[in-house]
Amino acid sequence: MNHRALKRKDLFWLALVVLLALMPAVSAVATNTFLMHVLILILLFSAMAQTWNIIGGYGGQTSFGHSVFFGIGAYGAGMAVVTYGLSPWPGIGIGMVAAAAVAVLISYPCFKLSGHYFAIATFAIVEIFHRMFLVWYWVGGALGLDYPVVEQGLKNFMWYDTKTGYYYGALALFVLVFGIVRFLESHRFGYYLRAVREGQETAESLGVNSQAIKLTAMALSAALAAMCGAFFGQYNLRVDPSMVMSLDMSMKFVLVTILGGAGTLAGPLLGAAVLIPLQEYTRALWGGLGGGVDLIVFGVLIIIIVIKQPAGISGMVRDIAKHIERRRAAAKGGTSIDAP
Amino acid sequence: MTLLEVREVTKKFGALVANDKVSFTVDPGTIVGLIGPNGAGKTTLFNCISGLYAISAGRIFFDGTEITGLPSFRIARLGAVRTFQVVRPLKEMTVFDNVLVGAFLQGAGNARARATAEECIRICNLTEYADKPAGDLPIGGKKRLELARALATGPKLLMLDEVMAGLTSTEVKGAMEVIHDIRRKGITLLIVEHIMEAIMPIADKVVVLDGGIKIAEGPPDRIIDDERVISAYLGTKFSRRLQARREESKHA
Ligand SMILES: Nc1ncnc2c1ncn2[C@@H]1O[C@H](COP(=O)(O)OP(=O)(O)OP(=O)(O)O)[C@@H](O)[C@H]1O
Ligand SMILES: [Mg+2]
Repeated sequence: MNHRALKRKDLFWLALVVLLALMPAVSAVATNTFLMHVLILILLFSAMAQTWNIIGGYGGQTSFGHSVFFGIGAYGAGMAVVTYGLSPWPGIGIGMVAAAAVAVLISYPCFKLSGHYFAIATFAIVEIFHRMFLVWYWVGGALGLDYPVVEQGLKNFMWYDTKTGYYYGALALFVLVFGIVRFLESHRFGYYLRAVREGQETAESLGVNSQAIKLTAMALSAALAAMCGAFFGQYNLRVDPSMVMSLDMSMKFVLVTILGGAGTLAGPLLGAAVLIPLQEYTRALWGGLGGGVDLIVFGVLIIIIVIKQPAGISGMVRDIAKHIERRRAAAKGGTSIDAP
Repeated sequence: MTLLEVREVTKKFGALVANDKVSFTVDPGTIVGLIGPNGAGKTTLFNCISGLYAISAGRIFFDGTEITGLPSFRIARLGAVRTFQVVRPLKEMTVFDNVLVGAFLQGAGNARARATAEECIRICNLTEYADKPAGDLPIGGKKRLELARALATGPKLLMLDEVMAGLTSTEVKGAMEVIHDIRRKGITLLIVEHIMEAIMPIADKVVVLDGGIKIAEGPPDRIIDDERVISAYLGTKFSRRLQARREESKHA
């Protein structure tokens, strides 16, 4: 890809971020709590899906365990505040390191084996961690952690009056995670990661230490997922195992990314922009049915996507763009024939 | 001083001995041809040298260090890089990005790696395909991609496994010129090739394998007269043709 096309793409992202940053200035948006809530979740789930995209999309290693890393981050922040009466920040840092450590421990043996060991192992740790946290007294067991009322502001990452604080927090998370992936995508690490996905032996024949690349990607992905989890806990004012360490939550990391387009920068945002409003509106409509309905909707959408366009929404967008370009080229050809 | 030394290398697949105590050396700056009939064990030997296979016995030295048992990425980092006979494009990545992955072995810097990749793509006549997914290339293009990608790593020793197979005779001529250019850069070459017209004129030395065993080693001139090589591989008619061509060039 040439440099000018890259710059143009970055301009698009910059414009998007500026637009998102200005949103709360529109009072119709800022005072609509439900809309703000949906926007915050879109940003959060975009960031979450993007963390998964690092190892699952660019790296081609399907992880079903991201709710564990997400949960560890949520517990890090939650315990700092609830158990130790601190600000959540040191907890977030510890959670990120712990999540990365767990990720490396799980992945190290799996990446040495070929096949689906990694997917199966990550699947298993969700169950293990969920059960462990349910009965672990120190982390609050099945009751979980309920946030006390603390002073509002960035220090405690807590706001009660409006959602604007959380909105900018989610936007910062979004910019951070997308910025990191954008940087990696165009540097050696990102190329190596994709090369390992496309052919591990081939990549190694070109000097790529595939094991180190995959482990690094996994650790980074897990640490950033933990950061997202911390945000989620702070936002919901509570953390419990079923909320943050469930297979449901893991599946959302996977589905949002695949629906949007795995291995592309825009994919996670596109996936979240479609699925999150759907999830929140179905919830608002059928609130009593609990968490099940949104997953059914997710599932149906994924089936349609996989049949229609395996590259996800970003693949569809690309197809449409190509189609328009061809149309335009054809139209130009037409006028030149008509011209005298 | 030799660049590569293969010492009594044996590779067994169960009862099958694909390489049987093979020994030879490659001097820096030379072109060495590795020939032999189908199933002789040439690709297997490449896989052993490049660290893709663990060898059953023997030792391998490269550039002053023993590389026996090293993982393949370490061997590539030392400067011994190979291509694959059965092409292995990184399918979803563009041709340019494939070559860029190779070029990053010379350093993480983006500007320099891009320049290297561009140059290697030009040398291997892939410019028109640069932005296409590598999986969409025609077979000749995929063969050239193998070469471009390995070349971009900046190797000391380049091991080519039948990069000319399946090419038209014009393409073979083009490939021979590319190989000459590569040698002129000071890169040593170890080349597996079935097209004798391509390998014999450019090789400084030829190693012949048959049934996993090295049956001859020497300058091309001597190899085409060697009785064992003629009966095992070249065939009488073909050997005469090569000999006749040698006489012609002497008189010219
Ligand atoms: N991975 C493997 N497992 C089992 N047997 C193998 C394997 N690789 C190669 N062989 C066998 O080893 C022998 C040598 O094969 P190899 O591919 O090295 O031959 P070659 O000289 O490269 O032949 P060609 O000219 O056809 O490419 C063959 O009998 C082959 O069937
Ligand atoms: Mg072969």
